[in-house]
This record gives sequence, structure tokens and C-alpha cells, in this order.
Amino acid sequence: MNGRDVRSAGDSGSDPRPGWSGAVRLEGSGKTLLDVGRDRLLIAASLFALGFLILSGRLVEVALLGDSSASIVATAQRGGAAVTRMARADIIDRNGFFLATSLTTQSLYADARLVRDAAATMARLREVLPKLDGKTVRDKLASGRGFVWIRRNLTPRQVAAVNNLGEPALAFLAEQRRVYPHGALAAHVIGYAGIDNRGLAGIERAFDERLLGAPGEPLRLSLDLRFQHVLREELAAAVESFRAIGAAGVVLDVDTGAVAAMVSLPDFDPNRPGTGDREALFNRASLGTYEMGSTFKSFTVAMALDAGAIGIGDGYDTTEPLRLARHTIRDFHAESRWLSVPEIFIHSSNIGAAKMALAMGTERQRAYLDRFGLLGPAPIELPEVAQPLVPDPWRDINTATIGFGHGIAVSPIQLAAGIAALVNGGIRHAPSLLWRDADAVLAGVPAISPRTSRTMRQLMHLVVAHGTGRKAATAGYPVGGKTGTAEKIGENGYDRRRLVSSFVGVFPINRPRYLVLVLLDEPKGNDQTHGYATGGWTAAPVVGRVIARIGPLSGIAPVELPEPGEDSGTEPGMLRVNLDGSEIRLAAF
Amino acid sequence: MIAVPRTDTSLLGRWWWTVDRWTVVALALLTGIGALMVMAASPPIADRIGLGHFHFFQRHLVFLAPAAAVMFAVSLLSPTGVWRAASVVLVIALLLSVATLLIGDEVKGARRWLQIGGFSFQPSEMIKPAFAVVAARLFSIQRQDRRFPGDLIAIGLFLAVVGILALQPDFGMAVVVSGVWFAQYFMAGLPLIWVGALVGIGIAGIGAGYALLPHVQIRIDRFLNPESGDSYQVDMSLQAFSSGGMFGRGPGEGVVKGSLPDAHADFIFAVVGEEFGLLVCLAIVGLFAFVVLRGFARAIQEESLFVMLAAGGLLTQFGLQALLNMAVTLHLVPTKGMTLPFISYGGSSLISLALAMGMVLALTRRGSGARSDL
Repeated sequence: MNGRDVRSAGDSGSDPRPGWSGAVRLEGSGKTLLDVGRDRLLIAASLFALGFLILSGRLVEVALLGDSSASIVATAQRGGAAVTRMARADIIDRNGFFLATSLTTQSLYADARLVRDAAATMARLREVLPKLDGKTVRDKLASGRGFVWIRRNLTPRQVAAVNNLGEPALAFLAEQRRVYPHGALAAHVIGYAGIDNRGLAGIERAFDERLLGAPGEPLRLSLDLRFQHVLREELAAAVESFRAIGAAGVVLDVDTGAVAAMVSLPDFDPNRPGTGDREALFNRASLGTYEMGSTFKSFTVAMALDAGAIGIGDGYDTTEPLRLARHTIRDFHAESRWLSVPEIFIHSSNIGAAKMALAMGTERQRAYLDRFGLLGPAPIELPEVAQPLVPDPWRDINTATIGFGHGIAVSPIQLAAGIAALVNGGIRHAPSLLWRDADAVLAGVPAISPRTSRTMRQLMHLVVAHGTGRKAATAGYPVGGKTGTAEKIGENGYDRRRLVSSFVGVFPINRPRYLVLVLLDEPKGNDQTHGYATGGWTAAPVVGRVIARIGPLSGIAPVELPEPGEDSGTEPGMLRVNLDGSEIRLAAF
Repeated sequence: MIAVPRTDTSLLGRWWWTVDRWTVVALALLTGIGALMVMAASPPIADRIGLGHFHFFQRHLVFLAPAAAVMFAVSLLSPTGVWRAASVVLVIALLLSVATLLIGDEVKGARRWLQIGGFSFQPSEMIKPAFAVVAARLFSIQRQDRRFPGDLIAIGLFLAVVGILALQPDFGMAVVVSGVWFAQYFMAGLPLIWVGALVGIGIAGIGAGYALLPHVQIRIDRFLNPESGDSYQVDMSLQAFSSGGMFGRGPGEGVVKGSLPDAHADFIFAVVGEEFGLLVCLAIVGLFAFVVLRGFARAIQEESLFVMLAAGGLLTQFGLQALLNMAVTLHLVPTKGMTLPFISYGGSSLISLALAMGMVLALTRRGSGARSDL
């Protein structure tokens, strides 16, 4: 429809100029039409005047008297109801101890319109709540607003005392408050919930919907509070004595992947997450990635044996540093001779491990690392999970350095889960923080053969018996493991003074149940270690002490295994190895 | 006022002496306050959606010059010129509105905008003033020439416009267009029995919107019973006025703009209330009332039914939009998407209002010698 059409429709009428034919009407009947129009315009204008007056009145009402429809109080009360509806389920450890719970607390507010004497009311309030700031509270009470907070989260005793004042302007709203009774103990695992009762980190965030959706059913974790306590205490002691900037630790059930303890230091109090700085809030155990160094040789040896690239009796010449594409690979404690596979492992020869990795080749190495779960983020139930740093492109030099744990950075939880697969018979389980009954354990994925896994147990036992991991040895609980010492990358390549020192230990090594990983970030040597800050000197003793304390809690009967070589075992699986010029026999377990 | 000799017969001089200067000054004041308010209210929204701190403010300023130019140019027209311009604008805007249904960008569930050279443009904004003028013309012809079916054409046109708005869907604008159209019909002398009937149909229309359009239903439910759902924006808005009190918290001191998604547009009045307080809010209401009532007063003195109806319709549109927007922020009516004229951020709305008020100024000029026989 077009204005011009209208016009032409008019033009098509019988009168040649219909629009203007009304000149007479304008003077005649048009006069009354204009009068009607004027009356109607006057009515419309009056209605507008009325509308603007009502609006002004409402403005005065809302701005000066608070809102008469009590919408603000209604908001707060609805907010209170919403908070009550938003109850969160408790989080408990494997034995049922509380890790996180919710308390209903009462918060005090005032309807200042009902206050008659602000100063007197304030004075009476101060008698029962002495910590209130007098001036602020008096101003609030004198504000004339319909809703002002006085104090959040009062104890029942305080609530009773305020009620006894009998002041009609004071009232309470129920609020939910999240409480972490063990403070920082498992801060990074549990995470925390914010003031609005929504999970912001850790399990609280990962299971936010579940915790809100079924507030009556506690969420049971695989954590064991006792293990957690031991691990954190020993790690904290090590951080202090070696002046490390941080530490991470994991205790893992090797048969299920269930995480029994996970610690990251420095940590924070989840009851007051705001007080933790970024460093403290950071979960090194799952979100930190590190070049692990020699612990990776376990993977290299395992894959080379499993793939048949080498035999246990083979070895490599390590007299000369390995030169490869402008890089030179040297040994830390150079033996400078031909080394057998067990010798490469327990003396931690970089040259030997690199040659072994090159014998495997890039493709096979990558396939095995993938089976060990080291090329993707760890599938653990935390939001804070790191993507491992893997080389791209993956050249021969990368293959060689990955052989001894450089050029690839993974998270501690990932390393722990991978090593567990080497010793438990060759099955990789996803690391998990949720409690599962024995019959509901998730099936794992075969990574290496049971036979290779047995050999790895024997070799790891040898590391603790004769190699770099001697300080992890524990009476009653035979330990196998591997040390790792990696230099951090500084401004000009690797920095020899900034180390990541670690030890991954498994006990009892004859029939592994738990894996204990300890990683210290930039430890400094002290008098007891003769200035050394390597994994064998700093991390291995921590693992030994943790095992000595959690062993008795784990229900594993203590045993004494004979020293490797002393046992003249003849049963199948016995391993003859060439060690430092003499042949010794390793018992099968 | 500004010293322009009465004898100055230049374009500007003639304009100055014939136009209603008080209305021009009031509109300029509103526009100035609006620019300040957009500067105060929009940075948190711009920051939140990742644009530059003053993104909205800069774009608002970019639209001020063309808006002023449109208003000035249109105010120079004679009543005949106004009605011709309005018919052209109406045709173009209707075509573009139909186009938005087919090719427009969908924003927050509605197809109302067209992308033109980096700016999104809402053609239906232009329908409002143009339709008011065209309807005034149709009503006035019918009154003067009984044979001409102006009322019927106006009814048909009205149904088409409301139909397009309902399809977009733009319920708020449909309400304004219906209100203006009805007010004009009323001013044209519609018998009171028909007034009653149309009010009934209007209520039925709102009922149909309530029954058929879920978001309309939710808004009305929330207004009638705040407990039934989330009335967050309105609650925040009321708190803003309340915390502003008599003199406000001071420019830039407001907090509500940090939590209101539409602080720079539909809820800008709440930001004014919080930062500048009751007195400034009352002054703004006063300015709006002044423009509307003064316009009506001048329209009543006109001798042409078309001018009365057109000016009355345009002023109704302006006043209704201002009243409804402020009433929403004060929880007097249910929420609906509607900008506060000359104050809110929004390019299309500013240009459309400049067009509308330019036409009001043109229609209410005195002694210009351009009197038409319409």
C-alpha cells in the first residue's frame, strides 16, 4: 500500500480534485470536525499529563521510600530460597570421612524503614555482635532502605542473642555455606565452590551438576584421607629441607588406577580460596607438565623389550657421546664403556637410552607412548588437566631425547598412570578420583605383555637395590622404582641449577599394589645430600618415608625379599643379567 | 535566545523564527543528556562482550550528526512535503521490513535488523513515524470527503504493519504502533462506541499475544507475579533507583550497569537514577512531558485536521515510548523492548525519532508562509 496510491484513489473519484473539494466543507462541517478533533486532542494530552504525573510519583516512591512492592526483600528472600534449593551434596573419602560439606547458616539483615532510633539499635546490636563496625551499621540502619545486610553467616548462639533483642527491624535469611573441614589437605582435588554455591575448581566444579542434582547422596572419592595426610606432610617437609619452589605427589592403586592421594604444593585453604595466589591455586599434579627425565627410561626399556627391538642380554657402547643433528647427548654419570640393558637402566645412561629409542624408531615409540596414555590429556575427573607437550614435527632427535625423558612434557598423574601399566601386568587404567567397588572397576587397555611387565618389576627392584634409587628402600615393603632428574629450560637452553627431581616407586615390588610418585620442583641440595639435588638424593627418600608410613595402613603384610642376586632362584621367570662385570640372577615376581 | 535578526530571510533565519524554539531546545537537552548517559552506562557492556571501552558511545556520537541533519531538513518541509516524504519512507520501510523477514540477521530470536555497511539497521523503526503521518492523512481526507474510504484503507494498512511486526516478532513496537494508530483514530473523532470496541479488540490482541507468543507470556506472568520467575532486570533496576536516592551516587559511581545487560539501551533510565538521582530523573520526565504537552498545545491551535492528527500521532508515539520505557524500569508495566527517546543508545531509533520530531517541528511551524491547504 502506497501513499501515492491513496492519493490516486482519491483522484479517481468523480470530482476532478476531490482532495481540495472540501474547501467548502472546511468552512462548513469541517469546523465542527476540527472542534471534535481539538476536544479529543485535549483528552489525549490530559492522559499524557496524568501518565507523566504517575511516573513522577512512582519515581519519588522508589527512589526515596524504597520499593513499596517489597521487591528487593522479595529478591533476597527468593535468593535465600534459591540457596536452600541449591544445597550441595557432601564429598567424602573412600572411608566415608568428610572432605566437603554444607552448613545452613543464618544471615542478619535489617529493614531500615522499621528502625526508629538507629544509634540505639546499633548500640544494642554491638552488645551481642561486638565485632560490628559501629559507624557502618549505624549508617545502614539510618538509610531508610527496605533491605540492608548487617552480617552474614551467624552462629546459632548469635542468632538467639539477636532474636532476644526483640528488634522488629532485624530479620534473618537462611544461607548455605560450603565448609572444607580439612582445610588445605586435599585442596587441589576437591577444589572449591564460590559464594553463589557453584563449583569453581576441582571435583566441586567437575561434578557441579551431580552435587546440586542429588544433594542427599554424598559423592565418594577414591582418596584415602590418611594417605593424603602422609603424602602432604612428607612432601611439605621435603619442600622445606630442599627449599623447592613446589612439589607434586600421587599415590595410585596400580591395579585400578584409583588415586589414593594427590598433593600439589604450595596449596591453599579452600574455605578461603581468595587468599591463595595463582601459584597456590595451580594443581601441579594434573595441570603442570614437566620434562620428566630418567623416569621415562622405564618406558623406553619396556617398549624396546616388549617390541623385541632388543633383548635383556643386549647392550650399547656408551664410550662416546652420541652426536645427532647438531646435538650431543652425554651421560650424567658417565660409565664410558659398553653397558647392558639393565646397566643402562640402573645407571641411567642417556646415551644408551637414546640408542635404544633410535633402535625402536619414531613410529613404534609413538605408538607405545600413546598406549601408555602419554600423548593426550590424562582422563582424570578434574577440570584442571594439562595437554602434554609433544614434539611436532617428531624427528629422530626427538625420538632419541624422549628415550631419556626430554623433549616431551607430561603431567605427574599421567606419568604415574603410565608407570603403573608397566608393573601391574601390562594393563593401563585411566587414573580416577571416584570410588568404585571392586566389581565396578573400569576395564583397562593392554599396553605391554605380562612377561615384559615382570621384567620391568625386576629391573625396577634392581634400581632400588643397586642403582640410583637406593634411598627409597624401606624395611618390610620391598620397593622398585626409577629416579628422574631433569633440567628446566632457562634463557639459554637447559639450566643446570634448576631441576625437576622425581622418583616413582612401586610397592611391594614382588606383587605391586600402590605406586608413589614424588616430584620436587627446583630442589636445592643441602648438607645431608652433599649438595646434590637429583631425584635419587631428594625425591627417593621421600618416597621411602611415604611407603614406610602408608604400608602399615594399606593392610599389606610386610615381607623381606632377598637382595637381587643373593637368591639362587631357579623358578621360571628368573632373569640372568650382566651387572658391572658379574652375572647376577633376578628372582621372578 | 540567540540573536537572529527578524529580518534575516536566509534559510536558517526563517527556520529559527518560524520553528518552535522551545521544543528544539528541549530535544537538544534530551539528546545531550542521552549522550552523557550512554557514555556512563555502556562501557561495562562493551567490556563484557569484548568491544572497546567506548565502543557504544562512539557509535552513538556517529549517529548524532545525521540525526540532527535529518531533524533539521525535515523540519523545513511544508505539511504537504511532510506527508509526501512520509509516504515515500513508509513504502521503503515496509519493503525493507519484509526483506528482514527473508534475509535479516537473527538477533536474540528476532529478525529485525539489516546489515548495511557495518551498521545494523532496523527498518521497522522508520515505519512508526511514517505510518502515523500517512494514517493522519487518510483519516483527514475521509472526514473531508465522505466518499473517500480513508478509514478502511487506514485499517488495512494498520493490519499489514502490525502483521509484519508480529512476524519479526517485535511485540513492543506493535504495541506502540497500535497505540498511536488508535489514538489518531480517536482524535479524528471516532464515535465513542467504536472507541470501546477497539479497546476491547486491543485487549483481545494482547491476550492473543499472551496465548500464542511464549516470551510475551513469560514477561506478563513475571510482571503479575514476580515470585513465578526471574525478574532480575527489573529488580536490579528498582535497586538502582533506590540506591541513587535524591542526588544519586555520582557520575560513574553506579554499579547496576555492571549487572544489567541492557543498561545502555532499555534500562538506561535506571542508570540515570542510580548515578544522578531523583532530581535529574524528574527533570528528564519534565522534559519529555514538556515536549509532548507543548506539542499538543500547538497542534490544538492548528486549523488543519491533517496537521492536528499527524502532530498528535507523532507526539503520541514519542510520549508513549518514553512513558512505557520509564514505566518498565519502575516496574509499572511488564518488560518490553523499547528505547527511551533521544537518551538510549541505538542508531535506528535515534534517526527514526529525529525524523518524527522533525516532522512535528515542520507541522507546528508558525507564519512560515508555507501554509498548505491540506
